[in-house]
Amino acid sequence: MNKKDKAPLIRIAKRSKSVLSPAKVWAIRIASLVIAIIIGGIIFAALGANPFSAYGLILSSSFAKATGRRQVFKLMIPLLGTALALAPCFKMRYWNIGGEGQITMGAMAASYFALFWVDRLPAPVLLLVMCLAGALFGGIWAAIPAVFRARWGTNETLFTLMLNYIAIGIVAWLQGGPWEGKPGSQLIPQFKDKALLPRVMGVHCGWIIVAVLVVVMYVYLNYTKHGYEISVLGESENTARYAGMDVAKVTVRTAFLSGAICGIVGFMLASGTNGSLQSTIANGAGFTAITITWLSQLNPFAMVAISLMMAVLSKGSGNVQTTYGIPASISGIITGIILMSMLACEFFVNYQVFFRRGKEEGR
Amino acid sequence: MNFNLIRFIQAAVSNGAPLLFGTSGEILTEKSGNLNLGVEGLMFMGGAFGLAGVYYYDKAAGDSVSVVTATIIALLCAFAAGCLGSLIYSFLTISLRANQNVTGLALTIFGTGVGQFVGEYMRTTSAGSGGFISVSNTLKEGFIASPFPKAMQGIPVIGPLLFSHNFFVYLGIAIALFLSWFMGKTRKGLYLRAVGESPATADAAGISVEKYKYLATVIGGGISAIGGVVYTMTIAGTVWMRDGLSGEGWIAVALVIFCLWRPINAIWGSVLFGGLMLLYLWLPVPFIPSQIYKVVQYMVTTVVLIIVSMRQKRENQPPASLGSAYFREER
Repeated sequence: MNKKDKAPLIRIAKRSKSVLSPAKVWAIRIASLVIAIIIGGIIFAALGANPFSAYGLILSSSFAKATGRRQVFKLMIPLLGTALALAPCFKMRYWNIGGEGQITMGAMAASYFALFWVDRLPAPVLLLVMCLAGALFGGIWAAIPAVFRARWGTNETLFTLMLNYIAIGIVAWLQGGPWEGKPGSQLIPQFKDKALLPRVMGVHCGWIIVAVLVVVMYVYLNYTKHGYEISVLGESENTARYAGMDVAKVTVRTAFLSGAICGIVGFMLASGTNGSLQSTIANGAGFTAITITWLSQLNPFAMVAISLMMAVLSKGSGNVQTTYGIPASISGIITGIILMSMLACEFFVNYQVFFRRGKEEGR
Repeated sequence: MNFNLIRFIQAAVSNGAPLLFGTSGEILTEKSGNLNLGVEGLMFMGGAFGLAGVYYYDKAAGDSVSVVTATIIALLCAFAAGCLGSLIYSFLTISLRANQNVTGLALTIFGTGVGQFVGEYMRTTSAGSGGFISVSNTLKEGFIASPFPKAMQGIPVIGPLLFSHNFFVYLGIAIALFLSWFMGKTRKGLYLRAVGESPATADAAGISVEKYKYLATVIGGGISAIGGVVYTMTIAGTVWMRDGLSGEGWIAVALVIFCLWRPINAIWGSVLFGGLMLLYLWLPVPFIPSQIYKVVQYMVTTVVLIIVSMRQKRENQPPASLGSAYFREER
């Protein structure tokens, strides 16, 4: 920008859609993942661990034994479920970062029935009621900021963020107060067996729900009227309005749907994974899922792969700690590097870079 | 049950000091239109690197250790760590136009990981410490001592309220006042606000949008990270606690909203939030459980957010372009 007769050193232009083939796009994404893994390997090497055996350990501890596989799937279910839940919101350009709170509220509602209705209902009905209650509460928790956004334009990013902590606080209160098991334990008692999700192939059957949801969400986003409305609204609110869509209705409906799925995830965590309710039940899944949803470009099938990768990393890092004495927080570092590298690569998918002396043959 | 108001305010001020830094830095960042949700990670990085700097300085200096040097090292290490972290964020969101929410969260994951890692690493590698690292008592006491002479601290009421706090509190107030003056009264501050409100207009007026966004985000991140080291040096007593810092960064993000994006409000806002975080210990009311006390600050922030959006007063709104990337070609 210094002299007018000089072209800028680097010039950036948006690619038109036709320039990159899908194969190339995925090649760029996979290359960025490889780069991130290499950087992680360098960190391992700097810490005195052989990077190949460290990564090998992460993989083998996750997949070699059935117990490892089960743990990975247990970690993966909430991540994938929440990532799917957030997809419609993100497609609408509505930044629901309250997955954490919606999971917690869903888990709370489900736990209410698990704790107080367990003797009054037969098992299948009880589980169904728990699931519906979780969905309802998660949905309402997500719909509150959507109503304010639709009516007054309240910033939903900040609102949903605050609601996370309020939800966690409410459960912390229940945990230490009204729902406390043994006085002074600060714990809610374990659910009775009737209120636990049955296991299928060693893992609670929540994985079946999530697997179905992958397909349902794909169809919902791409082949239904609702999905179409969401994508129009995401592109331009004014276009949606001119086309006669009820913007407020679509916003609140989509947020409710998103929260409801988060609530079901909460139900699965309480009834399947933990068998009880804690204030930390979501354990960051709501936040991690945001990155999964975004990196998968809202494609449910890509979410499966990315959430699997996240689960493997967090499972494997525990073993790295015991074997190499490297703190398990290394998984946060590597996950962060992978996320950032994949975020960066989207730039090269969407934009084209020209250097001053380079041949400018770009279209 | 005797509730000592003056001692409570003292505790609130020192408990709010990390928030004051975190919030001031994030206000500077958000004023440029960047919503950096990585404050949590930045504070972790600041806390860990600041502690590392002081710890190794303390070991190297032995008996001749000086509090002033240690404070400077702590501040510089934390600031540098924060700048580095937010530089990554800036590069991704400003130059590469990545989504701000996702990048911020990635920074939180990364920064928390780095912070925990450095903390754990120091703990496990320092020989003879019994898996517990801490610095010498000279420094420990130096960090929490007031920079004012005893005579001034001894003045009844005014002494404890105004002159008894640690150095970091006064530094935080100075930074907040400076930022307030900078954004409200200088031309560069006006440009910065213009970039945050409408980057396209600012660009048309000849303001370098990228430069302002980069500088505000990087420096803001550095200031936020100092909050982390203030926490480890004063509240945590120079010990690395695994989950000590968790949540501070998010409260700082909440406080930004509560302060309506004005650094001057952050001064009393941080005291208020610092006090609210402690209130359950100091003033337990039998029928209000302590866990509910702990969410009061989030509820208050939510209410503020709602009221601000309902009243639509223009000077109280979030920066108009907050959260969106700017690309000249897309105007």
